[in-house]
Amino acid sequence: MTLVEFLLLALRVAIVAVAPLLIVIFLIWFERRFAARVQDRLGPNRVGPNGLFQTFADAIKLVLKEDITPAGTDKVAYNLSPIIAVMAVVLIWAALPLSPRLIGVNVEIGVLYIVAVASLGTLAIMMAGWSSNNKYALLGAFRSVAQLVSYEVPLVMSLLIPVMLASSLGMQNLVLAQQQVWFVFMAPVAAFIFFISSQAETGRGPFDLIEAESELVAGFNIEYSGMKFGLFFAGEFAHVFTNGILMANLFLGGWWGLGVSATDGSILSDLLGVFYVVLKAMVFYLFSLLLRNSMPRVRIDQMMNFNWKFLVPVSIVNLLVTAFLLKLAQLGGFGIAPGQIDLLTNANPINLLPVTLLLLGGNVVVILGTLAVFGRQTRTERLATERAAVAVGD
Amino acid sequence: MNLLSDWVYIGLFFVVAFILPAAPILVAAVLNPKKPNAIKLQTYECGVETVGDTWVQFKVQYYIYGIIFLVFDVEMIFLLPWAVAFNELSFFAFGAGFLFIFLLTDALIYAWRKNALAWK
Repeated sequence: MTLVEFLLLALRVAIVAVAPLLIVIFLIWFERRFAARVQDRLGPNRVGPNGLFQTFADAIKLVLKEDITPAGTDKVAYNLSPIIAVMAVVLIWAALPLSPRLIGVNVEIGVLYIVAVASLGTLAIMMAGWSSNNKYALLGAFRSVAQLVSYEVPLVMSLLIPVMLASSLGMQNLVLAQQQVWFVFMAPVAAFIFFISSQAETGRGPFDLIEAESELVAGFNIEYSGMKFGLFFAGEFAHVFTNGILMANLFLGGWWGLGVSATDGSILSDLLGVFYVVLKAMVFYLFSLLLRNSMPRVRIDQMMNFNWKFLVPVSIVNLLVTAFLLKLAQLGGFGIAPGQIDLLTNANPINLLPVTLLLLGGNVVVILGTLAVFGRQTRTERLATERAAVAVGD
Repeated sequence: MNLLSDWVYIGLFFVVAFILPAAPILVAAVLNPKKPNAIKLQTYECGVETVGDTWVQFKVQYYIYGIIFLVFDVEMIFLLPWAVAFNELSFFAFGAGFLFIFLLTDALIYAWRKNALAWK
């Protein structure tokens, strides 16, 4: 690799890495305005047109604010953890496809890479809680880590299904494989589980026990002030939108849309691709914000039960059903045959309609089965509680 | 693009992704006022003085969740290659994957029956 090549590579790295941090400036403004609308307030509207420059004003304030490092903190971990919290989100963008040509790098193990770097955020929270020398921070960090670690299981389990359908771990290959049918039609249950667990992974409501201001004052970041405090939140805001793009790429066909061609290499394809992927990401982003602003917080035992006794069993069953039906379709001769998924070079694409219908049917069965089982269980529980109440009344 | 420059890219990305959030902290460290005093640097505990050591013992429940997570996460690493090669799998390999997932489910049921999943 020559020096010129290396410098070009460094330039590409810098552009891709700066992008999420520039976007987050507008995301913070957007989210504050959106939350205000939901709660029938105005939100920031004074600085600049519609308050657009509010975030810049906040950033200047955070830079000029005194940064208090309390006595007895572990200095290295204390200063490192806000950096790692942001880093975990920025690193995801290295393998996030935005258009046929716009992708940091299409590593062969893209999905695994993204899961790995995203879980660095958990490390940041643990470091912050442990190094702060504060009981609230420590207890908050324990809770957060338990939550993040638990919800990673259904997250990864639902990721297996797009990987199975596309026969690849590369993010760009996953998008390419959705030329005919978006994976959300083949695996709606996996898409739903992925959405719920990524909502919990970002620590957003109704799973915002990480904040829990009524019990733990602020949780793991209680001792942070100034820019370090701001970075934790910048990381969180960026993570929500990044998850939206991830979701769009995995389940909604990424940059595929009307007028986008994977092979012509034109500027138009790239521009349209970015437009489509942001549009699809916005669907999940807005839904995530609505959830955050309208749902009450769950209790920690409810949250853990929801994960281990609902999401994990359902995602296991969903994985088994999808795998079984996919193999059945292949044996029946209308599934995805070996070597047929290479859609870039595929001259005569296979008809994916029968296998899509089969998988969709399987997903409907999973949904109905889940509702039946959990409906019966909750009814038994409710009746037991009512009987207990009557017994106490006597 | 070859495999080497892919990972050079990722390596550079780690460096840049570290520098970008570190920069505002450094700028703030230069610009902000520094007037610490003993009261200001006390651990925050809603106005009362801190009692005892901070690094308290934690609930064993967190540890149990950690162990269960470890079981699932390690097995997930084994399932990823299975999922990638899914369309080319022989019937035996397909069945082996199913057996593996059943064992995983077994672990979950065991933990459930042992009340390891109940928040006490």
